[in-house]
Amino acid sequence: MTTPLLDIRDLTCEVAHHRILDRLDLTMQAGEIHALLGANGSGKTTLAYLLMGCDGYRATAGQVLFRGADLLALPMQERARLGLTLAWQEPARFEGITVREYVSLGHRREDPEAVLRQVGLDPERYLDRRVDKGLSGGERHRIELASVLSMSPALAILDEPAAGIDMLSITHIIDIIRALKAAGGSVLLITHQEDVALVADRASQLCAGRIVFSGNPRETVDHFRGRSCVRCDGEVCRYVRP
Amino acid sequence: MSGLDILRHALPMVGAEPSILDDPGIAHVVAQGHHILSRRTVPGLRVELEETPEGLTGQLLVEAGVTIARPIHLCFGLTHPTEVQQITIDVQVQEGAQARVLSHCLFPVAQAAQHRMQAVMTLSPGASLTYTEGHYHGLHGGMQVLPHATIKIGKGARYFSDFSLLSGSVGNLGIDYLVEVEEDGLAELNAKIFAHQTDHITLKEAVILRGERARSLIRTRVVLEDEARAEITGITEAHAAGARGHVDCMEVVQGQAHASAIPIVKVCHPGAKVTHEAAIGSVDKQALETLMARGLSPEQAVELIVSGILR
Repeated sequence: MTTPLLDIRDLTCEVAHHRILDRLDLTMQAGEIHALLGANGSGKTTLAYLLMGCDGYRATAGQVLFRGADLLALPMQERARLGLTLAWQEPARFEGITVREYVSLGHRREDPEAVLRQVGLDPERYLDRRVDKGLSGGERHRIELASVLSMSPALAILDEPAAGIDMLSITHIIDIIRALKAAGGSVLLITHQEDVALVADRASQLCAGRIVFSGNPRETVDHFRGRSCVRCDGEVCRYVRP
Repeated sequence: MSGLDILRHALPMVGAEPSILDDPGIAHVVAQGHHILSRRTVPGLRVELEETPEGLTGQLLVEAGVTIARPIHLCFGLTHPTEVQQITIDVQVQEGAQARVLSHCLFPVAQAAQHRMQAVMTLSPGASLTYTEGHYHGLHGGMQVLPHATIKIGKGARYFSDFSLLSGSVGNLGIDYLVEVEEDGLAELNAKIFAHQTDHITLKEAVILRGERARSLIRTRVVLEDEARAEITGITEAHAAGARGHVDCMEVVQGQAHASAIPIVKVCHPGAKVTHEAAIGSVDKQALETLMARGLSPEQAVELIVSGILR
């Protein structure tokens, strides 16, 4: 049996005395695009931050194996060097740093001009611009994705990659997700947009910090639409184990 | 090694090529302490500087309608650890004239030295002056630098200044600028400082927008580490219709450093507007983590963020 790329077992995380992830289990195979659905506050972004090793997000129990290595024992930059990266929902701004520098960071494998074209930005117009407040939200998102593409990561965690992207450009985002897979990578795709979720090979629904449903993307989207939980609309969540 | 040679060799510390002093098409003044070591002028530019026991005093004048094509280099230096330099200068850019001044302040061996500048700059209507000032203070940290300037910007004139002190030790830096802007005039003041150890920075920049549609921007970027301290005051007053001012101050604090920012805005006309933003704190956490998520170590990430801010 093939070792999973990502193997999460019984992962629990508390932030400010609130249990955000509650004995969560999830596995991903190499080359898989896995969409993660869930209502606001269900724990999707916490899972992303915890996997990446962001400050303030520590597991209180459980284990995460990434390519067989104990991920939780590693500092953030070591996780990145193993091939894990994260694109934030609201990407940071950097005064003075050019797009060229930004998309060439870290373990660069791709040509900056090529990755900008892949995200639908003209290199001539953007390479020498700064990754600062002068960029619109949509432009900044695309540059974040270009930076991820440039790394050719084994696993890219994309937190709402289509947020702030105009409707006509959603196909670009879908193409980028597919390009990450085509380059041999995997994607953990956090999204609220159905057309983006449907690009995945598998999908899971997160509810109150647990995976409550996994299946193909269509089934999972339908399941998410038809169910409710305490974090969604105030009804009692039927999935939380006692 | 002569004083001129020492200053020549220090020029690259502020990004200047020593060969600029040999080019007959480039105006320059090189002064060590209260002595002028070298000077050259070009057509349309008058430089009258005198050596006195109290300091260097004189005038730099760009004649009306003249555009000085290549930057004028002012190189002020101290080559003794405890020397004092006092400069009193009157800069006049006459009507419609344009010039760019690169001021190189070089104090490579300073230990308990002092550099004082008292400047009055007058830009006549339609004139334009870009004043870029680069400092290198050596590594000892005993330098005291006190530049004071009053800058008068006439109707439709444009003034841009860029002060940077990014390498070596700052020591004690006390900048005090007062800028008055008349109708349709523009003032843009940029300062970038990287302070370490026990450096102490006091930066006060005041802009008075007197004329209609006068505009200004005060932009300050200070990075402090170790036990450095900084007090930054950006004042903008708008007194006429259509006047627009903005104060933008960012201070990044690391180690045991302390920083304060005081933006003061005053609007005396209902058709004027002044805005300000100030941010003081450590390096932005998300920015830091974004770079680490690309494989940079925390130290590499901080260095990149700081270098970007000071660019």
